[in-house]
Amino acid sequence: MDSVSLIGMASILAAGLTMGIGAIGPALGEGRAVAQGLSAIAQQPDETNNITRTLFVGLAMIESTAIYCFVISMILIFANPFWDHVIQAGG
Amino acid sequence: MDLMSLKDISPDQVIFWQWGWASINATILFTWVIMILMTVGSWLVTRRLSSGPEVPRWQNLLEVVVSGMRRQIEEISQEESGTYLYFVGTLFLLIFVSNILTLVPGYVAPTASLSTTAALAICVFAAVPVYGILTRGLGGYLKQYVRPTPFMLPFNIIGELSRTLAMAVRLFGNIMSGMKIAAILLAITPFIFPVVLHAFGLLTGTIQAYIFAVLAMVYIASATRAQKGKETEENSEKPEKGEKQ
Repeated sequence: MDSVSLIGMASILAAGLTMGIGAIGPALGEGRAVAQGLSAIAQQPDETNNITRTLFVGLAMIESTAIYCFVISMILIFANPFWDHVIQAGG
Repeated sequence: MDLMSLKDISPDQVIFWQWGWASINATILFTWVIMILMTVGSWLVTRRLSSGPEVPRWQNLLEVVVSGMRRQIEEISQEESGTYLYFVGTLFLLIFVSNILTLVPGYVAPTASLSTTAALAICVFAAVPVYGILTRGLGGYLKQYVRPTPFMLPFNIIGELSRTLAMAVRLFGNIMSGMKIAAILLAITPFIFPVVLHAFGLLTGTIQAYIFAVLAMVYIASATRAQKGKETEENSEKPEKGEKQ
């Protein structure tokens, strides 16, 4: 197998795995955070504003790990540096 | 959406005009469009201000925006909004307008480029020590790096750098992913689904603008407040001791 198809195969497989595995952790974390936030709002409706704001900021922090995975998989598919290098070297 | 092909992941790659090393790409162009829009818009609104019972409707809008931001800042930092409003409010308005304008066809959000978000994150990175030193003095600010023990010094510095990187990549990834998913769905299932995801992208853009501003405020507040927190702790301890005696 020549290196162009090898790199293509490896980067597509790695992009899929990155997204698939990388989405599990943040999904579990966000689910827990939202569940806890909702029960906190149910117990203390007066503090809804405060809880919602903290919840959103926390969700964004949790979500950023999934966003890193997404950025990496986008780079692997659309802007792969090894891909360009091999094509240039191969002519 | 027509401006960028599916393969471009950054509006930096869309170049309108090039002369030698100088080039104007979509990021620079649309950032300037937003800046002109906001500056001219606020100039037009604030040209005729009134404090009477009848307030012009655009002045009312700007008053709601500014007082809303001021209230949020005061809630988060637990002190007067003061000079924080100028920095954090500017960040929020720039990111918010640039994300909301994706409604306009042919527009590419400058926040979908890593160079814009990195520049904004570096502004926050620079603003934290500036505000910290202004309120607590150079020694007081530097002392927080060796706060629990001097062993924590490298970790505090790494934390400072990594949160800057995280801010830049978070905003970039969210906005870019919204654009990419809308473009991919446009190729697979046109008509209904891209509209739904576009609306979801507007929601994400608004939340991300809010979160960027809140995080900037939290980081600045953590650099300026530690000293005050210590003072209030000491103050609250004293009456307790007095009661015991």
